[in-house]
Amino acid sequence: MDEHESPELTEEEKQLFADLMPDDLAEIMNTGVNRRHFLKLLTLAGGGILAAQSAVAERVLTRPSRETLPVELAPSSLENGVDIGLKVNGKAHKLTIDSRMTLLDTLRERLNLTGSKKGCDHGQCGACTVIVNGSRVLSCLTLAASCEGKTVQTIEGLAQGNRLHPMQEAFLKHDGFQCGFCTPGQICSAVALLDEAKKGHTSYVTGNVRQPGGPVKLSNEEIRERMSGNICRCGAYPNIVAAIQEVHSGKPVEQVFRSA
Amino acid sequence: MRAFTYTRAKDATSAIKLLAENPNAKFLAGGTNLLDLMKEDVERPNALIDISELDLSEIKPIINGANQGGISLGGLGKNTDSANHLLVRQHYPLLSQAILAGASGQIRNMATNGGNLLQRTRCPYFYEVAMPCNKREPGTGCGAREGINRMHAIFGWSEHCVAVYPSDMAVALTALDATVIVRSANGQQRSIPIADFYRLPGNEPEKDTNLMHGELITAIELPKNRFAEQSYYLKVRDRASYAFALVSVAAALEIEGNTIKQARIAMGGVAHKPWRALKAEQILVGKEATEATFKRAANAEMADAKPLTHNAFKVELGNRSIVLALQMAVNGGKA
Repeated sequence: MDEHESPELTEEEKQLFADLMPDDLAEIMNTGVNRRHFLKLLTLAGGGILAAQSAVAERVLTRPSRETLPVELAPSSLENGVDIGLKVNGKAHKLTIDSRMTLLDTLRERLNLTGSKKGCDHGQCGACTVIVNGSRVLSCLTLAASCEGKTVQTIEGLAQGNRLHPMQEAFLKHDGFQCGFCTPGQICSAVALLDEAKKGHTSYVTGNVRQPGGPVKLSNEEIRERMSGNICRCGAYPNIVAAIQEVHSGKPVEQVFRSA
Repeated sequence: MRAFTYTRAKDATSAIKLLAENPNAKFLAGGTNLLDLMKEDVERPNALIDISELDLSEIKPIINGANQGGISLGGLGKNTDSANHLLVRQHYPLLSQAILAGASGQIRNMATNGGNLLQRTRCPYFYEVAMPCNKREPGTGCGAREGINRMHAIFGWSEHCVAVYPSDMAVALTALDATVIVRSANGQQRSIPIADFYRLPGNEPEKDTNLMHGELITAIELPKNRFAEQSYYLKVRDRASYAFALVSVAAALEIEGNTIKQARIAMGGVAHKPWRALKAEQILVGKEATEATFKRAANAEMADAKPLTHNAFKVELGNRSIVLALQMAVNGGKA
C-alpha cells in the first residue's frame, strides 16, 4: 500500500499515543501522522513491552495490520489453479488457488486469518484445528480445493464483536496457555468437542459404548482423551482441562496448582 | 509437494474411470494420510480425484445376501460417524472401540472407512526418502531390518520388509470377518474377505493390499454375530492416547454357560497386516473361559513370534495383552 494512502489514526491509536507520548501528541497530530509512521514510532518506543502494561496498546498491537493485506495473485499465474467458494466466519469468499494449497495456508496467506497456527504441518499437533461444516478438522491436512461450498469457522470467528466466546473466557480465567501458540487450535477443538458430547459421541475411555447416545457428561479423563489431538508444548494441560470442564459443566471449576 | 491436477468427482462411475486411465492418479477422500505422504514426497500422484462428496457414506442393515442380518458401512463414511452409529455401538462395539482407539477426534472426523483400510505403514524408513525402503522404492533394501526396529513386526515379516500395518479399525474388522466391497472400471463389483484383502510383505512389500488400481471401496460389510456382549479392543502404546499401537488385541467371545463356543482374536502392531490369532482361537473353543485357558491360548500364538533386534518385548507384551483383552471382554471392559 502506498504510504500516502495509509489511513489516518483511529481514536484508539490516538489514545495510545497520548498515553505514551503526551508531550509530543499535539505537535505530531498537527503535522499529520499516518498509520505507518505511527507504528514505526511505537516500535521505537518499545511498543511490545508497553503492550504488556496497557490494555489499549495490547488491542492496537494485536489487531491485524491493515498494511499487510496479501496481494491477490492473478489466476493465470497459478499452475493447476482451482476455483473455490467457501464461507469463513460467516463471510463468503471466492478464490483461485493452487491445487496443492491446504486450507491452513489459504486461511493464513490468502484470507489473512493468521489465528490458525502451523505447528507441525503433518497432522500431529492440532494447532491448525478449525471447524468445517460443524466438525473439528485439521486444516493442514485439508486441501482448500476440497472445501468448495463449505463453512469454516476459525478462532477469529468465535467472539461476537468484543464479547468473547465462553471457551475463550474460560481459557483466560484458568490460564489455559503459556506461550499461546497452540491455543487457537485448543479452543476450536474444545468448542467442537462440547458439541460432540451433546450429540452423545462416545470415546475410547467411555466404559460401555453400547449404552445409547444422548448428551454425555464428560469426566476430566474423557476431556483429556477427547483433546489428545491437541498438543501443548508448555504443558498447560491441567488448566486446559479445567477451562473445558467449566464450560461443559456450567459450574465454576476450582483451580488446582500442583508442584512437581 | 509436487504439482497435481485436482478433479472433483461427480459420481462413482466417472471417478473410477478417471483413476483407471491414469496409473499415477489417486483417489482423495479424507486425505489425512495421503496429503501427509505427499508433503513428505513419499506419494507422488500427478492427479487427485476427490471422491469425498460421493454418496457412499450410508450405514445400513444388510437385508439379503451372504451377510444378511449384518450391517454395511459406506466406504466414504467418516470414522467418527461409524464409531458413533447406534447400529455399530449396539451390535459391533468392538469396532466402535477400535476406531475410537485410533488417531484423534479431528482426524476421525476427516478419515473415511475405505481410506482407513488403505493407510500406509508409519515405518520411519518408509517416511524418510533419504533411507532405503523396498516398500517405497522396490529394490533399495530395507532400512529397518538391521536398523532401529522397536516398532516393527514380530510375525510374517520378510528380509525385504519388516514394517507393521497401522490401522486399528482393520484389526477389529479382521476379528469380525468383514468383507470389503469394491467396484472396478468395468463396472463389476467384487467382494474381498478381509483375510484376503491384506498381504504379507514377501518379495513385493510395495503392495499393501490386493486392491487393483482403478478399484474403489464402496462398502465394508459385517456379518451378524453374537460377540457384542463379550468383546474388547485393547491398545497398548507409548502414550495414553493419540499414538500408534505397540501391540493391540481385538478379542471377541461367544460363551454359553462358562464354555467358549466361538472366539475371535486379531492383533495390530505385530505384522504387515492385521494378524488373526488362529492358533489362540483354536485353543479357546470348547474350553472354560478362565485365566488359565487364556494364558494357554496366548502362549500358543506367541510361540511363533520372530522378534527383531529391538522388539523382543513385543512377544511378552503380546502374550499379556491377549490375556488381558480376553479378560476385559468377559468382564464388560474391566480388567
